[in-house]
Amino acid sequence: MSNHLHIRDHEQDRRLFSRRALMAGVVATGLLLLLLSRIFILQVVEHQHYATLADGNRVRVEPIPPTRGLIYDRHGSVLAENVPNYQLELIPEQVEDITEVLNTLGDIIEIQERDRERFFRLLSSQRRFQPIPIRQNLSEEEIARFSVERQRFPGVEIRARLARHYPQGAMTAHLVGYMGAISREDLARIDRSRYSGTNQIGKSGIEFSYEPILHGGAGSRRVETNAQGRIIRTLEVREPAVPGDDIYLSIDIELQRTAWEAMEGKQGAVVALDPKDGSILAMVSRPAYDPNILAESLDRATFRQLETDPGRPLFDRATRGRYPPGSTVKPFLGLAGLDATDLNPDRPLRCTGEFFVEGRDRPFRDWRREGHGPTDFNKAIVESCDIYFYELAMRLGIDRIHQYLTAFGMGARAGLDIPGESAGLIPSRDWKRRALGESWYHGETVIAGIGQGYMLATPLQLAKSTAALANRGELRRPRLLYGVRNAFTRELEAMPPPEAYRSELLDGINGANWQRTIDAMVDSIHTPRGTGRSISFTAPYRIAGKTGTAQVFSLGEDEEYEHEELAIHLRDHALFIAFAPAEDPQIVLSVLVEHGGGGGSVAAPIARQVMDKYLLERKESHNGD
Amino acid sequence: MAIDSLPGSRSANAGLLSTLRLDGPLLMGLLALSLFGLIVVYSASGEDSGLLVRQLVRMGLGLAVLVTLAQMPPALLRSWSPWLFLGGLFLLLLVLFVGETGKGAQRWLNLGIVRFQPSEMMKLVVPMALAWYLHERHPPPRWWQILLMLFAIAIPVALIVRQPDLGTALLVASAGFFVLFLAGLRWRYMIGGLIAIAAALPVLWAHLHEYQRQRVLTFLNPESDPLGAGYHIIQSKIAIGSGGFFGKGWTEGTQSQLQFLPERSTDFIFAVLGEEFGLMGVGILILIYLFVFWRGMVLALRAQDNFGRLVGGSLMLTFFVYIFVNTGMVTGLMPVVGVPLPLVSYGGTSMVTLMAGFGILMSINSHKRFMP
Repeated sequence: MSNHLHIRDHEQDRRLFSRRALMAGVVATGLLLLLLSRIFILQVVEHQHYATLADGNRVRVEPIPPTRGLIYDRHGSVLAENVPNYQLELIPEQVEDITEVLNTLGDIIEIQERDRERFFRLLSSQRRFQPIPIRQNLSEEEIARFSVERQRFPGVEIRARLARHYPQGAMTAHLVGYMGAISREDLARIDRSRYSGTNQIGKSGIEFSYEPILHGGAGSRRVETNAQGRIIRTLEVREPAVPGDDIYLSIDIELQRTAWEAMEGKQGAVVALDPKDGSILAMVSRPAYDPNILAESLDRATFRQLETDPGRPLFDRATRGRYPPGSTVKPFLGLAGLDATDLNPDRPLRCTGEFFVEGRDRPFRDWRREGHGPTDFNKAIVESCDIYFYELAMRLGIDRIHQYLTAFGMGARAGLDIPGESAGLIPSRDWKRRALGESWYHGETVIAGIGQGYMLATPLQLAKSTAALANRGELRRPRLLYGVRNAFTRELEAMPPPEAYRSELLDGINGANWQRTIDAMVDSIHTPRGTGRSISFTAPYRIAGKTGTAQVFSLGEDEEYEHEELAIHLRDHALFIAFAPAEDPQIVLSVLVEHGGGGGSVAAPIARQVMDKYLLERKESHNGD
Repeated sequence: MAIDSLPGSRSANAGLLSTLRLDGPLLMGLLALSLFGLIVVYSASGEDSGLLVRQLVRMGLGLAVLVTLAQMPPALLRSWSPWLFLGGLFLLLLVLFVGETGKGAQRWLNLGIVRFQPSEMMKLVVPMALAWYLHERHPPPRWWQILLMLFAIAIPVALIVRQPDLGTALLVASAGFFVLFLAGLRWRYMIGGLIAIAAALPVLWAHLHEYQRQRVLTFLNPESDPLGAGYHIIQSKIAIGSGGFFGKGWTEGTQSQLQFLPERSTDFIFAVLGEEFGLMGVGILILIYLFVFWRGMVLALRAQDNFGRLVGGSLMLTFFVYIFVNTGMVTGLMPVVGVPLPLVSYGGTSMVTLMAGFGILMSINSHKRFMP
């Protein structure tokens, strides 16, 4: 360039401009070509890399949760099913002002205060990207209203999921159990890969114990999502979910209903089982709860309310309730006396209504003040004479009582296939020394003779022991599982009954003694002086049974009832055990009514209703099985 | 490229264009760009036809402005230049005090029916004012002239930076500088200036807005903040790279359709193009841009006087800066500076300004025969 020349010529001006313009144009073109080469590198050379990244952005592998198996009774009535439940969910990280969004949503969909409370509780405990349910069980109208306005609510979605529903409600609540959120403890014992995409797991009852069969296994699919994480479409199902198998329970829902209705207004339990294979025919505990309420409302308030209810509806009295067996223990002890002592069943003992033990001033009394007079073995069971069994208990001694009752399955879990069973308690010298650090007193042996004192049994145990009596020494673990229907083949595979087992002790008892004991139980129902005579009228079959009236006041250590009203607190528990027909036992029953009063007047009629239903109506329908 | 064919003068079918003082090839290029833009905007907006209509309306408005300005004699435009410049400065000051805020910046004047961005008109007015000043003073400019002109550039640029609108400030400064450059600014001044700018960078850095600094930092290392500030660049590179040679197909781009790509109908529309039309589409677009650019340069070269040449050349070089800054940003070559892809991005103001610029260019070109 020239510094000194000042060209005042237009042509010179133009030339200078042209040079500069051309220079800039060439540089610009060069830069654009540079840019193009940059794009060439991105789009051709590194294409694969970016294509992978782009797929990584949009493609996600989602689990496909399996459909849970259904639960039926033995005739195929549904006890647990899956129903679609539309749930409104919010993903916190995609919502700026959560309170504002909830308020606006409230104009479209009813959101109650407890929904909000639950939502904010979950909000503080969950990760930001996890959807949090706002409402469950949306109506079709609510779904439609939301769908129209969906664009206004990014990060809020309606998710359809299958929810567990129990059509029989409270009637089968304790048996079937319920589902709940997978907890840390649950995670420790499950195969996580099978549970991806699932957030509920069986918490109690059959739902818990057959979880592996009912659950199935998760599958997976590749889905395309947008930047907000909303699933746009399914690209490919990589592995289909394996649905859970269906489970058939041995209970007969009609029989269950009979037992349930017979217990209306009472607190207690009924267990009915088939002595031939140990399968549970009906098992009722009242009061109960509606498991559907538990499943639908995620809030803890409902649960806490059930937990603190003085009637303890969550508590399964049939398998967990521990009660003094009272006089129902008499046939077992009578049989033990016949087998193990020189008791002559035909020689009457004099019952004056009082029984004295060395070193104790006050007598043990019979339930009948004036006593039963001369009482032989048969009369002792028929009239439930306490004095006779005080004497018998003293002859047996506590350790032999322990031995025989344990052989009948008491004092240990019955082994039912749902969790939470109580073991009950059959005391012994040894036990007392270990548990209480005290030595045994004679007086404690005396009251053990009438099933009082430390002795505790669950209604389920009583049924199991009664079945062992009916089967003359053959024991079976009670069981609820009846069959499993494969999810693919739809074939029902019946489960073989649990193996029967015997003990040397019971095998050693001779047949005449079994017969004498069972006869006495039959007479206690079918003779005019029997404690269970009230249920013998018009019975077209013969019943072997034993009533029991357990005194509650002796239960100082039983804290379960301490909050209750005093008058009820003092009332006796009514018990009854039975099997029928006596000659060919097909059903075994144990009935317990808390604070119900006399076993013969309160518990036995309930058993009769269930037996009638089973033997006269339902049994026929079983023949085809 | 038919960059040398004369505008309409000798061909019979160009009668109407000639009457309207329009340059056929350039108009074809602009229409091709706009059409291209409509196609991509439609896809990028998630097939929003309402948005398409609004864009069409703006195109119509832009074309009307283009045709109108093409009718104005360059001498008239030249005589208005200093007054437009002073008016523009006044409006910029007005924005500073009574302007409306949007996206963290105060850029708008509300005129009742329309919102108006005075910084936009400075893209045209600054080069016009400088060219007016140099028109009778023969190049190359003297040192005191240069200082005066740098001052005239610095005032509006500073006001625009304050809004803050870095993209527009950059374009206004470029437009002004290009006038100086085309007027023959001596190399030693330029080199000296570069050194001065390098020395001033730290001072400038201290005055940048936090988000602007973040953009620069993110540009230097986008992966440092993949979910935050680097997200834009990473996602747009993924979009372009995954498009490959032929692209994923119109409305089939996963990055854009599934909303991974931010600002996809406006500043990042080039990434949508790259993803859906691949290298083919990008190549075609860049060819059209090159055609428009060179055609514009030819028109500037043919201008009758200094004013016409300088304004025309500066506008075309600014047009190139638009292209390069936007595509450079989207492909990760440059920091994220809010500059739209000219005539393709969705958005009103820049479309009208660009069309106005091309209108001035056509006026400069078409009036020369009548004003020898």
